[in-house]
Amino acid sequence: MEVTFQFDWAAAFGSIPHLLPGIPWTLIISFGGLAIGFFIGIFFGLLRISPLRWMRWPAILYIEVFRGTPILVQVLFIFYGLPQLLGGPINALTAGIAAIAVNSGAYISEVVRGGVQSIERGQREASLSLGLSRTQAFRYVIWPQALRRMIPPLGNQAIISIKDTSLFSVIGVGELVRQGQIYIATTFTALEVYFMVAMMYLAITWSLSIVLRLIENKGLVGQ
Amino acid sequence: MTERNSTETPIVRMEKVNKHFGSLHVLKDIDLDVKKGEVVVVIGASGSGKSTLIRCINGLEEFQQGHIQVDGKDLEPFGKSGKALQKIRTEVGMVFQQFNLFPHLSVLDNVILAPMKVRGWSRGDAVETADRLLERVGISDQAVKHPSQLSGGQQQRVALARALAMEPRLMLFDEPTSALDPEMIGEVLDAMRELAKEGMTMIIVTHEMGFAREVADRVVYIHLGEIAEVGPPERIFDQPDDDRTRSFLARVLKH
Repeated sequence: MEVTFQFDWAAAFGSIPHLLPGIPWTLIISFGGLAIGFFIGIFFGLLRISPLRWMRWPAILYIEVFRGTPILVQVLFIFYGLPQLLGGPINALTAGIAAIAVNSGAYISEVVRGGVQSIERGQREASLSLGLSRTQAFRYVIWPQALRRMIPPLGNQAIISIKDTSLFSVIGVGELVRQGQIYIATTFTALEVYFMVAMMYLAITWSLSIVLRLIENKGLVGQ
Repeated sequence: MTERNSTETPIVRMEKVNKHFGSLHVLKDIDLDVKKGEVVVVIGASGSGKSTLIRCINGLEEFQQGHIQVDGKDLEPFGKSGKALQKIRTEVGMVFQQFNLFPHLSVLDNVILAPMKVRGWSRGDAVETADRLLERVGISDQAVKHPSQLSGGQQQRVALARALAMEPRLMLFDEPTSALDPEMIGEVLDAMRELAKEGMTMIIVTHEMGFAREVADRVVYIHLGEIAEVGPPERIFDQPDDDRTRSFLARVLKH
């Protein structure tokens, strides 16, 4: 018996209008989650390098827990588990954003820690020797430099988080993969549709890479 | 402290200062007074503790025993000086071996940062002072550049201007020419020479023996964390009393 595979381009392109509504969801969940994750990351990243042990400890706990458990389990926990604790349902969008926020926050904490610790000790010493307080030294000298060094790993994390949102089809949020699944259920063109879904992720992540490269080139002037 | 006898009161007074790094005894019973307007050059082999000594004066290093007084303010052992330490740092400038300019800021912004944030000067006042200082160290045409666009010698002169912008009463130099290419050492030493001539109180750690002989009022020789000998440069370099000084100088002056 002869089996022939046929990639149906018409079906592939025909799926685009049905997939497009997923893109805003994917973007809102990833960038909403990342924006919150960024602040979580700054908070725990700085706690993590505190000279005081009792401040470091909660940061280490947070990072280990959310970096050490799968994001799929985290989102299921938030969406299906937390409502039992809270006594009311959480909508899927909120759950998705929260999952990206706490998950990326754990990784970003480490990015922040690495960025700050990578600044040569002499920068702090020069600042202090000029009479700047420790807070001023951090704000005007250490942090601006650390932030620049954090751009590549932050971009990396953004790309990972964008792709992670594909898992959230399991909680029914209408992102790209979910839109694809709904469409395939009526057309049975899995090959073409998942191909187009993949292309759409690629378009998002590739655009982000280009933007990041521009920021990085600009930011590195004078380094 | 009362101002009685203020001309005699040293700007830096170190008494029985001891510092340990774990089991290593880095500074041993350091006694050193530096008078206002004096230029003191500290020499000694690598690892002898000479950098550590001057870094104790502005609290970049902690010490465990003894007492340091800078410009009438007391530094406590174990870094427990609090506000006094920041006050001291405001009055004490430092130039580092690795320049430690702020790479994300322009030359001008490097110089005006501390006067604005610490002294509370207006931008206009700070820029005026910065322009004057940059001109004095010969970098006025580079003010908008970033440090990485300058040569090592230029960077170190900017670092000097940055420290002077705070109008310090004392300047510390931690091997200011050790990271420079040989052809750039002269320009930095010239700037320091000029500063000494203007009466700035300076404590300088350096390996430039010719410079030490020329500008120092007193030379301090440190051996394994101890002050082995202190005296005017002519005596230290030509007739050292201490065998350790003699053998150190024989090694560094041979070439």
